[in-house]
Amino acid sequence: MRSKKPALVLAFASTAQALATEKYCQEHQLPGRLIPVPKEITAGCGLAWKAEVEQGEELTRALARAGIQWQEARVLELWA
Amino acid sequence: MIYLDNAATTRQKPPQVIDAVVRAMTTMGNAARGAHASSLQASRAIYDARCKLAALLGCPRPDHVVFTTNSTEALNIAINGILSPGDHVISTDLEHNSVLRPLYRLEAGHNVALDFVPADRRGNVDYRDFERLMRPETRAVVCTHGSNLTGNLIDVARVGEIAHRHGALLIVDASQTAGSIPIHMEDMGIDVLCFTGHKGLMGPQGTGGLCIREGVEIRPWKVGGSGVQSYSRTQPEEYPTRLEAGTLNSHGIMGLSAALDFIRDTGVEAIGRHERDLMRRFYDGVSAIEGVTVYGDFSREERGAIVALNIRDYDSGEIADALSQSYDIATRPGAHCAPRMHQALGTVEQGAVRFSFSWYNTREEVDAAVAAVRELAEP
Repeated sequence: MRSKKPALVLAFASTAQALATEKYCQEHQLPGRLIPVPKEITAGCGLAWKAEVEQGEELTRALARAGIQWQEARVLELWA
Repeated sequence: MIYLDNAATTRQKPPQVIDAVVRAMTTMGNAARGAHASSLQASRAIYDARCKLAALLGCPRPDHVVFTTNSTEALNIAINGILSPGDHVISTDLEHNSVLRPLYRLEAGHNVALDFVPADRRGNVDYRDFERLMRPETRAVVCTHGSNLTGNLIDVARVGEIAHRHGALLIVDASQTAGSIPIHMEDMGIDVLCFTGHKGLMGPQGTGGLCIREGVEIRPWKVGGSGVQSYSRTQPEEYPTRLEAGTLNSHGIMGLSAALDFIRDTGVEAIGRHERDLMRRFYDGVSAIEGVTVYGDFSREERGAIVALNIRDYDSGEIADALSQSYDIATRPGAHCAPRMHQALGTVEQGAVRFSFSWYNTREEVDAAVAAVRELAEP
């Protein structure tokens, strides 16, 4: 069984916002990657942004400064 | 073949458009349908295309660029999703059936009142008529940026100013201008801009869309798979998902995206200048031929690269057929899906032969077309 560890997960109102986040993070060397949205956030489908918990503050501050919106930020136990 | 039917579709595309479609068809998954590499590749590529369109058309938000299969679908979404029973709407005689038929249907069956700004014999509107036709219940003005028959432009910024002063929205059909004439929807006061990908934007057929100003609410006419909020019984509210139920034409959109790169690198001004140079050369050539009647207003420099004409009282279909059969020149005769424009020009019976030019046409082709018209006009 793969081990789990806490991760910061950002959920978005639309796929376009998730992709805008990825584009911004890649352009500004911000951490994280797109993942399928975890069931703890929504039972359905879609994309979410996953980053290390320790990087969360830097990440959310930078995104907020850039005007990028997310619907929900959660720390979840995900596969490492 | 000398292809001069670019107002219908640009036949020649930048080679990178074809390469992009092939690459997409061999590598891409379904956008917004997962987080594996192929799906993400499609999602990223489509988002990238939204960003390019937003930049080209002056739309402040890439997520307010919605993809459709063409401008007819975009216009149907905008018109049916904004107008409600009891509303009044203003349009113009310059419109294509992609605007007219959705409006006629709402007028006939959904209690929407409809008025048209008339065109004169040169195909121009009097802007005071927009003001004159406004009512308290006027919800929107729907108008083309450029006539697909004459090439005449409408000053949409001026129409937008009038519409907004009366609390109405401006919906613009940019089918004939996007890619050839600079458009900035925010600066021009456009609330919804509808475009097609396969004409001046030089992308594949089956691509198009609408750009929506922030705050403009459009009801979806189709609902279904969205890749998000799957257990919700209703379509997600957020643009673009609200209006994009079902799998997008990602392969076509990749071709369009490559075309947008080409247009950005070449420049809309440079493309438009080349097309208008050809149009002007053709106009100068044919308007001097005895028996040729040219329609539209050529007094302004900025216009669509279109010349519609007739030779004597000859059937326009016969002329287009002769051009095709004897000269291998492709043109479009008949009504061009623009019935009110033909009524204004007095060409309902005869139709007109439309010559329309693109980035890939040459002066030599124009000269050959002028020579063909001259021969056909010989008494």
